Amino acid sequence: MAETRSEPAPAEAHEQMGFWQQYIFSVDHKIIARQYLFLGLFMGYVGVFLSYVFRWQLAWPGTAAPLWGKVTPSQYYELVTMHGTIMVFFVAMPVLLGAFGNFLIPLMIGARDMAFPRLNMASFWTIFVGTVLLLISFFVPGGASRAGWTQYVPLSDSTLYLPGNYWGGNLWLLAVAIDFASVLMGGINFLTTAIAMRAPGMTVWRMPLLVWMELVASVLFMLSVGPLIAGVVMLLFDRIVGTGFFLPQRGADPLLWQHLFWFFGHPEVYVVAVPGLGIVMEILPVFSRKPIFGYRAIVWSALVAGTLSFIVWAHHMFVSGMNPNLAAPFSATTIAISVPFAVMLFALIATLWRAQITFATPMLFALGALANFLLGGVTGIPLGTDASDIYLHDSYFVIAHFHNTLVPTAVIGGFGGIYYWFPKMFGRMMNETLGKLHFIFTWVGFNLIFIPLFLIGLGGGQRRIYQASVYTYYKPLQPLHVIATIGLLILIIGQLPFIVNFLVSMFRGQQAEANPWHANTLEWMTDSPPPHENFHTIPVVTRGPYDYSVPGMERDWAPQNEELMAAAARN
Amino acid sequence: MILGWLPADVSTFGPSIDAVIRLIFYVVGTAFILAEGTLLVFVILYRRREGGRAAFVRGDSLRQFAWVLAPVIIVICFDVAIDARAKPVWDLVKLQSPAPGLTVKLEAFQYGWLFRYPGPDGQFGTRDELVQTTTLTVPTGQVVRLLMTSKDVIHSFYVPQLRLKQDVIPGREIPAWFEATVPGKYEIGCSQLCGVSHFAMKGIVRVLTPAEYQQWVSQKWPKSGAGAAKSASSVRSSAHAAEG
Amino acid sequence: MSNSDVELVHSPDVFEGSFEIGKLGMWIFLAGETMVFGGLMVCYTLLMISRGGWGADGAHVAWRLGGLNTLVLFTSSLTAALAQGAARARDAAGVRRYLGATALLGLFFLVIKAFEYSSDFGEGFTPGTSLFWSFYYVMTGLHVLHLLAGVVVIFGLRWLIGPHTTDAWLERKLKYVCLYWYFVEMVWIFLFALVYLIPNVG
Repeated sequence: MAETRSEPAPAEAHEQMGFWQQYIFSVDHKIIARQYLFLGLFMGYVGVFLSYVFRWQLAWPGTAAPLWGKVTPSQYYELVTMHGTIMVFFVAMPVLLGAFGNFLIPLMIGARDMAFPRLNMASFWTIFVGTVLLLISFFVPGGASRAGWTQYVPLSDSTLYLPGNYWGGNLWLLAVAIDFASVLMGGINFLTTAIAMRAPGMTVWRMPLLVWMELVASVLFMLSVGPLIAGVVMLLFDRIVGTGFFLPQRGADPLLWQHLFWFFGHPEVYVVAVPGLGIVMEILPVFSRKPIFGYRAIVWSALVAGTLSFIVWAHHMFVSGMNPNLAAPFSATTIAISVPFAVMLFALIATLWRAQITFATPMLFALGALANFLLGGVTGIPLGTDASDIYLHDSYFVIAHFHNTLVPTAVIGGFGGIYYWFPKMFGRMMNETLGKLHFIFTWVGFNLIFIPLFLIGLGGGQRRIYQASVYTYYKPLQPLHVIATIGLLILIIGQLPFIVNFLVSMFRGQQAEANPWHANTLEWMTDSPPPHENFHTIPVVTRGPYDYSVPGMERDWAPQNEELMAAAARN
Repeated sequence: MILGWLPADVSTFGPSIDAVIRLIFYVVGTAFILAEGTLLVFVILYRRREGGRAAFVRGDSLRQFAWVLAPVIIVICFDVAIDARAKPVWDLVKLQSPAPGLTVKLEAFQYGWLFRYPGPDGQFGTRDELVQTTTLTVPTGQVVRLLMTSKDVIHSFYVPQLRLKQDVIPGREIPAWFEATVPGKYEIGCSQLCGVSHFAMKGIVRVLTPAEYQQWVSQKWPKSGAGAAKSASSVRSSAHAAEG
Repeated sequence: MSNSDVELVHSPDVFEGSFEIGKLGMWIFLAGETMVFGGLMVCYTLLMISRGGWGADGAHVAWRLGGLNTLVLFTSSLTAALAQGAARARDAAGVRRYLGATALLGLFFLVIKAFEYSSDFGEGFTPGTSLFWSFYYVMTGLHVLHLLAGVVVIFGLRWLIGPHTTDAWLERKLKYVCLYWYFVEMVWIFLFALVYLIPNVG
């Protein structure tokens, strides 16, 4: 039998490590997860601030936004570019993968740590460097990149087209490439750990759905990012060395960048959405006291959706000038991908049938995420259908659609996960009242932002427009911009109870027991917070993760490592 | 109500595109209301009751899973129907072009639009070629064929009321067509981020009645004296030659 | 509640212990790397096909030096395999010898490459000269970086071998390092065919 586990240092040796090794350069997946969480939350609020400024300009053009001042066109395009970049690459992925994946995968499968703890530490510090580089780009001469988070060439290719934007553009590319390297490192850990280090009895069909979703996300990322890394290197060479990979005047095809970007870009949105849905899939059964409906169907659907995600990318390019004969096949695959998602979403709804639902804060966020993801999902159809996309492409309809898929999963689901696993991570409970307040402001605010944006898109409003009053067809749509910005202000105000709750509860919250939610999965079978080695003894798994309200048992929950016989005997 | 937000539609293929949008909205709107409604009903009906116990339903038998499978199959049927309905509309707008009455070359640049008219002789590059900035003047009832390119970065030619959108790429000439039905002034918005003045890149499609258009033609090409039919047919034949 | 570590419950479909995490990790890493090099190669190939070949642009690539480098890498794979054989035969001195040879051959490759780059530059073929040369420099340059990393790791592993090195540890680590090295060689074979041979065959 091969020597497989890299055992972390025993508890006593761990305590003797200095502050730097224990908290800053820790190789403990639980500490690394916290580092990712703090970094991701911080960047999330940076991203929200950026959106506050540009949404102020959209609602009240030409006026000074408090804490910023008047917004110039150049600043506007920096803001929207960096908002998207930060949210997707420096918030959603670090939080959903780096924080939740790192914290939960070893605990949920009954392992003591990740397969490669030092690689894990390196992955965090890599994304930290990438984050710093990205933030620095705001302050270099010429400012941060203004070419959109999609960085289409030739606009992004040369300062001919964005004068002065040399350092900002280069730093963007470098920061994102470094971010990709970090997630790749994490993916190696997630996959190896889940394949090789499961506790005895933890077959793959007994793994919690969140673990499955993190693995699907890791595979999607690893297989899709390579071509874009190639593209980023090529674009950097164009900008710095003077090659002409993407310049038509040098014989190249600008559409090549779009293919490279979206071949990655589409799987990437599932890298974000799928773990977010995974969090919802963990919370729903616990607060319904019911098994998840259709566990295996959900797993197969996630695998099918992941596979299909590699052959839909050109739905971002219907009117790009690519061969129009390609529209029909990509439209068909895109519409097809709605099927596995429909299975997953309907299964989640079915989970609530004849349940015993309690509305603790995690459940509110999980339900809100599900409700909005349904809207995001159905609004993907007019965009994925080639004929209707002629009209809707690059409009606010697109923005409203992808915010109604990415935010419910990454943000609303993410917050749900924070409230749910906070007791496990920090050993204390968060305050329920503040949590519910946070939920109401966030969810209502979010919908006030994006429902008007659907209507702006239908009304013809294209995106990335600094000043809509240039166009008469935009005039009747202006009140919608105002409503949206007010929604954003409500959402922002609602973050205050969360920030207070998060910080104060960490130190002064009510002490949490090992399993405050009476859940089944293995992370709840150890202390809150877990000891350095996760489990005093490695659990032996005897059942699946969602055995709630099992007939014949008095208790309505059954931990995964509980002997069937012993459970029956106890009753 | 929601579809009421769509702007006026003044193009011959506009109604086809709107019909696809409408079909999709009714289908997904119904699906959305049913799904969301079910979610809401379940959340209200199945709140925890004192002494209550949840049903141990795992959905792992076909009988149980049929409740999810059936709606999914309905979704698949509607997906196929939508796809089938949309394909001919896409083909109409993007895969072919009816014989044009007027061909104009369009050049997008940071930050404006340039239109080249071939003139009465129907040839580009000859002495009667006319360059107009910002405004594309066309008559109703005639198919207008655009041959589009960009001078610098990728832009996108977009006229909401025509339901027309097409990215324009430097180094390539991309065709598009439309036929306007109602005279008026319709704005062109650039629909692909092209720089810091992307928002300001407005153009105008000025649609005139055939009579007004003739007047405009005789103003712009005073020497020609040729009637509308002659210049139209010469443009048509030269356009065919160019396509051959 | 649960058994201690000593009395593990063995169930037929438990995978614990049957996967070598180092090997798994290395394969997953290489899968990601394949997509990066593969992405570049696919772009290069598609562009080449759409242009009907590189024509005169690709005619000046130094295929003789490329061929020499291919021989050098083939030989280094042989020495790497011999190192693995020595490890299986518990011959630590042999391992050090063959690892040294592999790393030196790698260095030789880099020297030839440096000479090749400088002569290309001397003849006026820079990354900006044409699309072919842009791809040439990016692809071979990325490969050079990977090869250099491999050389450093091989030297490092060789340096770590000492009286306290266990045979099992050495055999395992060598397996991972050689896996990486064979990958770097595989990439080179594709590059050699795509960038040296095909443009010159036409």
